[in-house]
Amino acid sequence: MNLFLILLSAIFVHNFVLSQFLGICPFLGVSKKVETATGMGIAVVFVITLASAATWLVHKFILVPAHIEYLYNIAFILIIASLVQLVEMFIKKSSPSLYQALGVYLPLITTNCAVLGVAVNNMNDGYGFIASVVNGIGAAIGFALAIILFAGIRERVAKCNIPKCMEGFPIALVTAGLMAIAFLGFSGML
Amino acid sequence: MSNPLKILKNGIIDENPTFVQVIGMCPTLAVTTSAINGLGMGLSTMAVLACSNLVISLIRKFVPDEARIPCYVVVIASFVTIVEMLLNAFAPQSLVTALGVYIPLIVVNCIILARAEAFAGKNGPVASLFDGIGNGLGFTFALVLLGCVREFLGSGALFGVTVLPEFFPRTIIMILPPGAFLTLAFLMVIVNKLRSGKKS
Repeated sequence: MNLFLILLSAIFVHNFVLSQFLGICPFLGVSKKVETATGMGIAVVFVITLASAATWLVHKFILVPAHIEYLYNIAFILIIASLVQLVEMFIKKSSPSLYQALGVYLPLITTNCAVLGVAVNNMNDGYGFIASVVNGIGAAIGFALAIILFAGIRERVAKCNIPKCMEGFPIALVTAGLMAIAFLGFSGML
Repeated sequence: MSNPLKILKNGIIDENPTFVQVIGMCPTLAVTTSAINGLGMGLSTMAVLACSNLVISLIRKFVPDEARIPCYVVVIASFVTIVEMLLNAFAPQSLVTALGVYIPLIVVNCIILARAEAFAGKNGPVASLFDGIGNGLGFTFALVLLGCVREFLGSGALFGVTVLPEFFPRTIIMILPPGAFLTLAFLMVIVNKLRSGKKS
């Protein structure tokens, strides 16, 4: 039950994009079309799940025993960067069609602060291994949900007649603001 | 581009990281619930940006091209760790709590890697240092502005000092997440309007 609560809380109540502001760059950058947004969402779910497992193991079995916890930041970013590289090579070999679909988005994930954010949050909250992975999956699903919904709205907005000075980022930010208001409704849920 | 003052102005106004380049959005939106938080975040980022720009510019000739991104990331992560330790030791506890997870996340702030790629990897150390300071100031300026607007409307205060009388209603939504998106959107509209006016 507790794990289920962590999952729900990560998806809706503490939605990574709309209430914690993590991963805003890809959220604004690759959300012009639902298709690309879906690709990015799936790639992020993949990487965050692996990264939260890997960083937990490294923190528990390398950093803590060696008393070098203060190096967590350098360690985590290197793990994430190499993990992204590994995942990219693995997908390229095993499933060329998936690689075609995700291709461009994989390297971008290294600088997605949501990945590092989940790892640091797991460490600060003292989650165990399973809880860390579940929290990672929840956060990633929340990200995917937000970016796909957002892309759907932006596709419609692009067809509308908007004032010249609001085109591009301002109108996207207003859209995101309205979505964030909707997600505020979940905050009383847990 | 060799004139330091010109590089500074370029970073603060012409290529303001927040309003013109639109990068580094996560901390911009997350910590600007008050002007002081914005200032703290802006200055921390500026310190990391200036130092990493300087070091990257010094090592740019020894680093092989294929391995440059990991090298840059390690340099940046080291400076972020230093800044985090300094903040924990000397900054007020309330500021450290408010900035929280966003301090370690300076590592993945796209401003820093973007400046390393676009400027420090190609220019001399002095110019890179000034580019770092200029962009850092531009970022700080944007964060403080955003923080001021949100703090004023949301809690009726500026830099922690209450300025609006008690009976004036507070717009709580401005200090909640949606307020961040909306404030930034309207500040950008104003900036766009001013810039298009200048051009024509």
